[in-house]
Amino acid sequence: MSVKNDAKVMELNTPLLDQLESGGWPSFVTDLKAYSKKRPQVGQLLNQLNESYENRWNYWIGTVLNVPGYGGGVIARLSQKADKYPDLAQFHTVRVIEPPGWVYSTKNLRQLADISEKHGAGILQLHGMSGDVLLLGFNNDQSMSVAEELMENGWDIGGSGGALRTLQCCVGQARCEMACYDTMRVTKHLTDTFIHYLHRPEFVYKFKFKLSGCPNDCANAMMRSDMPIMGTWRGEMQIDQAKVREFIKAKGRAYVIDNVLTRCPTKCISLKDDDTIAVEHQDCVRCMHCINVMHKALKPGKDKGVTICMGGKRTLKIGDTISTVIVPFMKLETDEDLDRLTEFVEKVWEFWNDNGMDHERIGEFIARVGLATFLDGIGIEPDARMVVRPRSSPYIKFEELAPGRIGGEQTKMPPVWNKEPETTEAAAR
Amino acid sequence: MSETKLAPRDQGAPDYKVNLHPVMLKNYGKWDYHERVRPGVLVHVAENGDKIWTIRAGSPRTLSADKVREICAVADKYCKGFLRFTTRANVEFLVDNEAAIQPLIAEVEGKLKFPVGGTGPSVSNVAHTQGWMHCNLPGSDAAGSVKALLDELIDDFKNERLPNRVHISSSCCQINCSSHADISVIVQHHHPPRINHGNMQICELPKVVAICPAAAIRPAVVNGHESVEVVKEKCMYCGACHGQCPSMEIRDAETDTLSIWVGGKTSNARTPPTLMKLAVWGLPNNPPRWPEVGQAVRTILEAYKKGGKPYERVGEWIERIGWQRFFEVTGFPFTRYHIDDSPEALSTFNRSTMVRI
Ligand code: HEM
Ligand code: SF4
Ligand code: SF4
Ligand code: SF4
Repeated sequence: MSVKNDAKVMELNTPLLDQLESGGWPSFVTDLKAYSKKRPQVGQLLNQLNESYENRWNYWIGTVLNVPGYGGGVIARLSQKADKYPDLAQFHTVRVIEPPGWVYSTKNLRQLADISEKHGAGILQLHGMSGDVLLLGFNNDQSMSVAEELMENGWDIGGSGGALRTLQCCVGQARCEMACYDTMRVTKHLTDTFIHYLHRPEFVYKFKFKLSGCPNDCANAMMRSDMPIMGTWRGEMQIDQAKVREFIKAKGRAYVIDNVLTRCPTKCISLKDDDTIAVEHQDCVRCMHCINVMHKALKPGKDKGVTICMGGKRTLKIGDTISTVIVPFMKLETDEDLDRLTEFVEKVWEFWNDNGMDHERIGEFIARVGLATFLDGIGIEPDARMVVRPRSSPYIKFEELAPGRIGGEQTKMPPVWNKEPETTEAAAR
Repeated sequence: MSETKLAPRDQGAPDYKVNLHPVMLKNYGKWDYHERVRPGVLVHVAENGDKIWTIRAGSPRTLSADKVREICAVADKYCKGFLRFTTRANVEFLVDNEAAIQPLIAEVEGKLKFPVGGTGPSVSNVAHTQGWMHCNLPGSDAAGSVKALLDELIDDFKNERLPNRVHISSSCCQINCSSHADISVIVQHHHPPRINHGNMQICELPKVVAICPAAAIRPAVVNGHESVEVVKEKCMYCGACHGQCPSMEIRDAETDTLSIWVGGKTSNARTPPTLMKLAVWGLPNNPPRWPEVGQAVRTILEAYKKGGKPYERVGEWIERIGWQRFFEVTGFPFTRYHIDDSPEALSTFNRSTMVRI
């Protein structure tokens, strides 16, 4: 594919940025200054950035640009200083879906570097907060040509806008003994299954999945995604008492008491006189702490699965939210499990998009309609594990025995008030 | 116009298997345990005894194509051509041969000039956003302020000498990207947006009215044109409207400041995930090196290093010693702005007589 990629060479004028070349941490300024010899638009970028430093002011305006057939993935920027820096007139970022877990062969990583250099400024960010590979510095034409060449080579463009966003996951089973499910496989499965929604903004607002193999949450899912899928287990954790003894021998009893027993949130571990431990498994909330500390002796249980939460996001609009439990446990191993997950997600999206307001993230939607109504809408029964404690406010709007609402009929009768024995009709079914 | 052939669409996520180090592929799902060999170096041991060493190095995240090639050259030489990146933008070099560790570290530190560290109880790389380099909304820079901050904290990246890991994030606007962290730097504004009425017709008015968390924006006719007005008493200077509409300019080079928040965590270990809380506000937005921010973060880190017990994250340490002590040991003033006035506020008050006197 032919591509025009010549930029005006300009003297670097970066006295303030130059002060970021000293110090122990690697400097992007040093790197980009050297690289500007190859791609002069990078020199213009640095010069503009230096003006930002001087005036504490930003010179980028956002705009919209799409690759044919796609409704997102290009973060389009126009410089307000285009007169001075002509090659920043259009200077867009292209989001590229990363390999799940951010693993690369050098062959593939080099290819990203080569393609981004060929078509644009040759700046890569590994990786964006959203998980994607970010390639910076393409004008309108280059954005199209870089996207085509990426896609010809099997890469795909990431999400933006009111759409499913690029997923991100922890390293999981590829290199972690804690992983309770295959995060990379599920990330690829969800991305591929829902790729239409990732590329075409059809939702009321953005939707992010992030996947962590265990409650340690190395993928930052609980805070930063609308639907964290968190590995966990059912039943007893695995305990190797011989290795417990070894650990205690090496570290001492006081260490185990201070750093394991008293740090357990439900105080469900006890130390026995023979230097073994006992765990009251029904009280373990799978926080991972004891396993993290004594990871040779303790392991997640064998019956593994996931807890699905919903509603995490940053401040806009109602304030920061943390995800909340929606599905306390489900298995996520077989193809049927994956199908069940897919169906569940579709149901959630349908209810949210039919009833959500413009720019309403799912956490805000749940806060507005109430968790109970949300559960009704997605067909899930209330479960005490979804709350820290039941309500303490007596302002309850009972559906039962209340006068029929306008436009609706009174249908449900509460079992406690229903003095009649169960009807034979129900019993016969 | 020449006919362009469209490449295949909707291909999805790349195959991860072809991108995995052979030892990781072979032992996928069969890892037994890991150990921290030294700061920045982990060894994961598989059930069959296979080992893979991870050498973690801090990267500036924004990389030229040439720098990416240099990174690849190191991975080709020592790692059979495989590497990985972490959630916090560290690079992980993977080796299956213990003898390669020392020369690899020497090359990463000597040639790439990337510090090795970020494992265990250390300060990891700072998660950040675009800032003045490429965002349309920022009140401050990201990569540059983070570079200056990490220069200040680099010894705690290279060593494992803190009570637990410390995640830091930096955000160049108040409301959008970035994440909760043990310590977080956020831009803040000090007055309502200035409205460019002449420009206002370009976008949909209802959207900018609806976006305001304080319901402070209402449609108004200004000079005979449809526009909006901001009820100053209601506005809380958040900048949500600015993200929606470029005609609502919230930033101000003279009055924008930075604030530092503490005690956020996403992991479920010991305590549930927690939001971060305001520690100090009103720090100057001071490029190119933001020394006041670096100093304040260092103050928090030193107090935590001194007072935290093993495994306590910053937030857990503060909850144990109490916020009054936190303000004492850091020397930051506790002010009226530290008292929450959001809908969550009641639950943040001390509704007891439990007071350290
Ligand atoms: C003009 C509109 C916006 C654009 C072009 C935009 C662009 C971006 C970019 C480029 C990133 C990646 C940053 C990086 O890692 O360098 C990002 C991340 C992020 N943005 Fe936006 N953003 C916009 C609006 C918003 C809004 C309105 C919100 C809040 C509701 C938001 C929330 C976030 C969050 C939370 C992240 C971090 C991603 C994560 O943790 O998954 N953004 N955005
Ligand atoms: S989230 Fe759990 S499984 Fe995933 S990398 Fe972290 S510790 Fe391992
Ligand atoms: S995982 Fe957490 S809750 Fe469960 S036993 Fe260990 S420390 Fe206690
Ligand atoms: S700054 Fe925030 S509170 Fe003020 S008008 Fe804009 S959106 Fe509303």
